[in-house]
Amino acid sequence: MEAFEWMAWTGPSATFFAVIFAILVGMTVWDLRSPSVPRRGFLPLETTRGDRLFIGLLGSAYVNLLWIGVTTLSPWYSLAMAVVLLALVMRYG
Amino acid sequence: MDKTHDNKAWFLVIPVFVIVAFSAIIPLMTVVNYSLQDIFGPNERYFVGTEWFREVLNDSRLHGALYRQLLFSGLVLLIEVPLGVAIALAMPPRGWTASLCLVLLAIPLLIPWNVIGTIWIIFTRPDIGLLGRTINGLGIPFDHTAAPLDAWVTVMLMEVWHWTPLVALLAYAGLRAIPEAYYQAARIDGASAWAVFKYIQLPKMRGVLTIAILLRFMDSFLIYAEPFVLTGGGPGNSTTFLSIYLVKQAVGQFDLGPAAAFSIIYFLIVLLFSWVFYQVLQRVGTGDK
Repeated sequence: MEAFEWMAWTGPSATFFAVIFAILVGMTVWDLRSPSVPRRGFLPLETTRGDRLFIGLLGSAYVNLLWIGVTTLSPWYSLAMAVVLLALVMRYG
Repeated sequence: MDKTHDNKAWFLVIPVFVIVAFSAIIPLMTVVNYSLQDIFGPNERYFVGTEWFREVLNDSRLHGALYRQLLFSGLVLLIEVPLGVAIALAMPPRGWTASLCLVLLAIPLLIPWNVIGTIWIIFTRPDIGLLGRTINGLGIPFDHTAAPLDAWVTVMLMEVWHWTPLVALLAYAGLRAIPEAYYQAARIDGASAWAVFKYIQLPKMRGVLTIAILLRFMDSFLIYAEPFVLTGGGPGNSTTFLSIYLVKQAVGQFDLGPAAAFSIIYFLIVLLFSWVFYQVLQRVGTGDK
């Protein structure tokens, strides 16, 4: 692990990237087994699963930034909201 | 359900992915790690959670730099895209004059960015610069080192001079790719020049203009060398754009934690705008909403 020492890893950031990586691998396997068909949900554009993941993750990042920027409450709340947002976009977006 | 794509082709992307991983993804991961810590040295750092993000998001100087950056990029797109398309439309379609135009247009693109700044410093100096002295000679006081408006005008002129040729070259390539049959059909229908532009040329240039707009937005949003050399971010903070402010923070003050948090926010803004532009431009002229 010394080879990665220069990257200044922390537990939370390692967990974050591990989750993102797991999602990407999972989505790739899912798409190989059952290719995504573009469809239209509540988002104003036709999206594939990958598009919805991107929109959900980007939206989650902005939810967290907004929360950190305007409140002093724990970021765990914004993380919970971001997970809900991601799930909603993936399912109904 | 039948497969809609041959997904095996995606494996061909692996070499690109490996290169991008080393040049972009691993550095970006490091920046994320930095953004969560207070860095005192290579082996001395402390986890601070979201503290730097909170600090950066409430930094009024950053808000100022962001507003200036948005204004700058907005003006760049508003000026360079129509001007580039107009230049492309005015260029001769073929022959040696077309080649000459292409070479002339390419010149500003070949000059190193820091040299561009130096050229414009000299060009706009009120005492010896051709432009600066001419404007002052007309009785209009002009000094980009003292007046914020003059600094903005100079930075915009430099930017437009430097990068409009890229838009023009892309638009020209798009125009040349339109088959002659479209123009013949338009002539038979008695279409006006405006109708030809609106219904043939502009839709056919959609692909290259998408690339031009995305490139110009991202490049102008990340601009550093030219305004740094020309104005150093001044007078005051009037031309301190996001990159200049970021470098001041990261290199000047060695605040790596806040600078990393700032970089991530910066990255997310560029990502959001680029995605929105891409989505909108993909739908222009296709009837989709």
